[in-house]
Amino acid sequence: MMEPYFIHFSLLILFLPLAAFVVQIFFGKHLPRQGDWVSVGAVVITLVLSLIMFVTMLFGHDSGFTEEASFTWLDMGAFSIQLGFLIDNITIIMLVVVALISTCSHVFSLQYMAGDIRYSRYYAYLGLFTFSMNGIVLANNLISMYMSWELVGVSSYLLIGHWFEKDTAADAGKKAFLTNRVGDIGFFIGIMLLYTSIGSFMFGDIFTGVAAGKIAGTTLTLAGIGLFMGAMGKSSQFPLHIWLPDAMEGPTPVSALMHAATMVAAGVYMSVRLFPLFTPDALLVVAYVGGFTALFAASIAVTQTDIKKVLAYSTVSQLGYMILAVGTGVYTAAFFHLLTHAMFKANLFYGSGSVIHAMHHALHKKHDHNTDPQDMRNMGGFKDKMPVTYWTMLISTLAIAGVPLFSGFLSKDAILAGTLAFAQHHPAHLLLPVFGFGAAALTAFYMFRLMFLTFHGAPQMPELIDDIHESPKEMTGPLVLLASLSVFIFYTLPYVNPLSDHGWFTDLVVAGNSFVPGNIPAHEIAEHAHDAHYTAMYISVAVAFFGIALAVLMYLGKVFSAENWAKSAGRLYDWSRNKYYFDENYDRFLYQPFFRLANKVAWLDWDLYDKYFINGFGRFTDWLSRVTGRFDYEGIDQGLVDGTGRIIDYLGSAFRKLQTGRLQNYLLYVTASLIILTIIQAF
Amino acid sequence: MGILSLLIWLPILGMVTIAFIPRKYEKYIKITAAVATGIQLLLSLVLWQRFDAGIGTMQFMERLEWIPSFNIAYILGIDGLSLPMVILTALLCFICVFVSWNISKAVKGYFALFLLLDTGIIGVFLSLDFFLFYVFWEVMLLPMYFLIGIWGGPQREYAAIKFFLYTLFGSVLMLVGILGLYFSCGKTFDIPELMRIAPEALQGVVWWGMSGIKVIWVLLFIGFAIKVPVFPFHTWLPLAHVEAPTAISVILAGILLKLGVYGILRINYGLMPDGVYWFSGALAFLGLINVIWGGLCALAQTDLKKLVAYSSVNHMGYALIGMAAVIAAGAANGTNFKAAQAGIGGAVFQMFNHGTISAMLFILVGVIYERAHHRDIDGFGGLASQMPVYAGITAVAFFAGLGLPGLSGFISEAMCFIGAFPVYRGIVIASTIGILLNAAYFLWAFQRIFFGELNEKYNKLPEINRLELFTVVPLLVITIFFGIYPAPYLDIIARTMDMIINSVVSLSTFAGM
Amino acid sequence: MDQLNNYLFVAAILFSLGVFGVVTRRNGIAVLMGVELILNAANINFIAFSRFGATAAGNINLDGHVFGLLVIVLAAAEAAVALAIIINIYNNMNTINVDEASSLKQ
Repeated sequence: MMEPYFIHFSLLILFLPLAAFVVQIFFGKHLPRQGDWVSVGAVVITLVLSLIMFVTMLFGHDSGFTEEASFTWLDMGAFSIQLGFLIDNITIIMLVVVALISTCSHVFSLQYMAGDIRYSRYYAYLGLFTFSMNGIVLANNLISMYMSWELVGVSSYLLIGHWFEKDTAADAGKKAFLTNRVGDIGFFIGIMLLYTSIGSFMFGDIFTGVAAGKIAGTTLTLAGIGLFMGAMGKSSQFPLHIWLPDAMEGPTPVSALMHAATMVAAGVYMSVRLFPLFTPDALLVVAYVGGFTALFAASIAVTQTDIKKVLAYSTVSQLGYMILAVGTGVYTAAFFHLLTHAMFKANLFYGSGSVIHAMHHALHKKHDHNTDPQDMRNMGGFKDKMPVTYWTMLISTLAIAGVPLFSGFLSKDAILAGTLAFAQHHPAHLLLPVFGFGAAALTAFYMFRLMFLTFHGAPQMPELIDDIHESPKEMTGPLVLLASLSVFIFYTLPYVNPLSDHGWFTDLVVAGNSFVPGNIPAHEIAEHAHDAHYTAMYISVAVAFFGIALAVLMYLGKVFSAENWAKSAGRLYDWSRNKYYFDENYDRFLYQPFFRLANKVAWLDWDLYDKYFINGFGRFTDWLSRVTGRFDYEGIDQGLVDGTGRIIDYLGSAFRKLQTGRLQNYLLYVTASLIILTIIQAF
Repeated sequence: MGILSLLIWLPILGMVTIAFIPRKYEKYIKITAAVATGIQLLLSLVLWQRFDAGIGTMQFMERLEWIPSFNIAYILGIDGLSLPMVILTALLCFICVFVSWNISKAVKGYFALFLLLDTGIIGVFLSLDFFLFYVFWEVMLLPMYFLIGIWGGPQREYAAIKFFLYTLFGSVLMLVGILGLYFSCGKTFDIPELMRIAPEALQGVVWWGMSGIKVIWVLLFIGFAIKVPVFPFHTWLPLAHVEAPTAISVILAGILLKLGVYGILRINYGLMPDGVYWFSGALAFLGLINVIWGGLCALAQTDLKKLVAYSSVNHMGYALIGMAAVIAAGAANGTNFKAAQAGIGGAVFQMFNHGTISAMLFILVGVIYERAHHRDIDGFGGLASQMPVYAGITAVAFFAGLGLPGLSGFISEAMCFIGAFPVYRGIVIASTIGILLNAAYFLWAFQRIFFGELNEKYNKLPEINRLELFTVVPLLVITIFFGIYPAPYLDIIARTMDMIINSVVSLSTFAGM
Repeated sequence: MDQLNNYLFVAAILFSLGVFGVVTRRNGIAVLMGVELILNAANINFIAFSRFGATAAGNINLDGHVFGLLVIVLAAAEAAVALAIIINIYNNMNTINVDEASSLKQ
């Protein structure tokens, strides 16, 4: 299966969207339909190419396949950087994911963003994003990955802030970029640690170097954690999770593409790629961060009322799952979940976009510009009005809740099995499966809460319900497509067992051994997970059922009252509703002091150091020169020079008195001098 | 006449021509300046074409006896370190003629002084005789004083005199160092000669009980450090930048700052490699302070030009850290040639990149200042809706400033970090916060100026015009080009960098430290 | 008793008295009298040295005597001139107080 044309395809896949970006930026406004067909065309071609690669991979059935190609980017003699592509099964699957969701977003936006003020620019940035994301996917070295990493961040910044006339959108974009930068600092430090010990940026060289022990122990752990910080930033893990919910300010197709399916998944992808170099300590950190985030974000999603915010926190939580999987060793399960999550989460976002679109139209018709079209409390009863949206979202909700027969069940189950197995072998870390299953329960609950509030029950704003209607086919098309991909069968082919994840995926994506000497080998991890499989399955089905039941009772049957539960939860409800005041606390304890520091430093520099110290030299010199001048004029000129004259003058008048004009005096002087001289001569 | 001499004397010729054009023919004066700098640019490109990047030593050397009794000669030469700087100078001077196209006060004087400045700068980069170097160094100062003091902003006299005296102070210390070298090394001003004999000749030289090498190193370093500018000698920079007219800010940031780094590399590193080992820790630490101090100060600014000025301090910090990395090639530090190449290559690349990026930024600040007559960041708002092209170009410039991959700034910063990391782990880790600071102040400023609701005052602001585009776009293209494909630049400098590294490592007696 | 020193003492005393008179007295005639004393003191010195001076081959040295005679003649001439000056001073300034004759005072 060493198809050389894979490299050519990859080149096209990588650069076509970039070409679309360039065309759109410079010529977009002047093209017919503002050039959306350019972008859509480019991304459809990438989809076709990646599907060809995918199908070839499927029928080649080789799990160890890799294809690599590099070129020297810069060379200074000893220091050089090579860039290149690495194509293996994971790459190809990821390429398909990116291409598919990107195409869906492009198509969805044809309707969703129709008439937008910056339509061509929007498509340009989508192209830039697709290019950068593929850059991460195809990278075979840390520098390429880092570069694409940052470019993805820029695309995110540009797209979140698409409607930049709104301050909230501009702020959200900036927040996203800066939070990512914090993660990138760690990422870069990790890169530097690895490069310093191993001398290369290429994955292959690094893995060989790790295996050879060129970097080990604490340094390797720190390098791993450093790299993971990048993932924390990009995949919005605690404590860098703050940007993703705010990123919902961007258009919904962007949220679906970047902040659900692909960009945020980049962190997971990176962790999956670099799994072989994480030490057990690093993996533990990874697992805890992921697990905690999963539960933590889920606990916030439970009380949110903005439909997109629920989905945003859900994404953070699901990403936490994937990171947890990487940390506990079952990283192929993480990748599996990445794949299934991309499908159903994107679908959920598109669905929400569809709902919001409908709400917008209805509100617009009533000339109501104050009601929030994204607030679920204004919805209700949309089921009959938007059937396609409803049913597709329901399928995805079932998937995310982990109900058997759907894709999410398979991937979640694999993760939970791995986590449980890990805890069974490391009893000290019992908290991890607690995180996992707890989050599963909450996920089921809040997702069905979302469905019931939006689609079931009585409409909360009855005056709108007549104007709510289904969205056009450009928007429902992707919905149907992705919903169907949320059913289990597409992942288990050619097997049809809904309870087992055995299928083309598990055949093709096989965990490789860690390169860290002493780490447990992959097959052991797989065996442990397999042993824990059924236990995990029962528990996960149980908690899912529990969560769904609670949601049904609370929102559908109205047996429990949500308000009462909220009131009795008291402080907990308040914290959850306000995302645990993280943003406020970060602001109070981090941002404000930092700005104060910056102002202080600037004041120190300009008003103190420069004004007093540096100018002090000037003032001192000025003073010195005045003193010197005075000294020179009064002291030397007046004192010494003129003084000499005055003394001489004085002496002159004194001596003048000798000239009495009297002869006798002169005689006296003569005589006296004679006598004195004689005396002196005698002695 | 050699091509190097042509490069130096062409602007003087232009200046003399301008001196003869009557004051009222402003257009012809400007055209003369443009032609002079244009030919200079072409010549520098021809030079690049004919330059042999495979050897690291001086090329196109010219030598004339000047004052034989003091052993002063007119020696010119170019190598991988100075070639990019010469090209950058020629390019920026050419562009700045167009940036200054709308000067209305005393046009003749302005362009005459400008061309004189041009000569001074190119002369410094090309001269290989210490005395000549010093002469050109001083030639630069005088036009700057007048250009800032006459055509500048409200506090221009203060800024001009401060800049002049501060830099002159450094020059005087430099002169002491030069004379120290002259007398210790057998009374020669010839720099290539000094490079050969200085390390040995300075052994055992003692000045007032301190090692002569260290004293001379520090004296020369201070002279250059004031120009870089290294904290704590940096406070003249914000003032000079804010008060200078746009074109002069561009030259100041784009080239004059690089003279400091060039000086350190050519003179301190080339002539006294012992001192490099002794000082590199301090150099890295000063670089760290530059990064953090400059970044924090930039964050607190409300004047856009001052913000960009402080960002220059910040970016030069990276170059300093990269320069300190050269000692990685020493035996005691693991003979890590890769790190040394990365560090020094990064520093020299950063010189060029910062030159283009800062120049771009200052031109763009000038554009908005022309229109709104103030630079208060908080006084704008929502300009992206009114001036989308300007917003787009400024966005790219800001991203270049914050080191976004795909634009040239990233590679040089990354190389500096990667190079210095093996030797100065802690300092590099601490200075990576600089990339966060960069992003913070640039994006925050961008948001305050361009995003949000359009400020009513500016709903008739004209878009960036063709002349301004002409000045900015070449720099933008270069930034993007080197961001994607840095190899051409690095190929030019590589062999000379090797020579510098080797001389530091092998000629140094401290190599075992 | 008959020693050179005795004569020299007398001459010295006379000289001193004479100088005292010249320097101190205000009256012009008195000044002249002092001058005479000085001259005569010098004369005594001359004669004394001539009387007690060494002789060559037993001959008496009469040089001092000769000078003494000369001095007497000179004193007379000088007294005449000096008196003439004093008469002129009296005719011009109506006084012979030498303190008054200070036109050369600065």
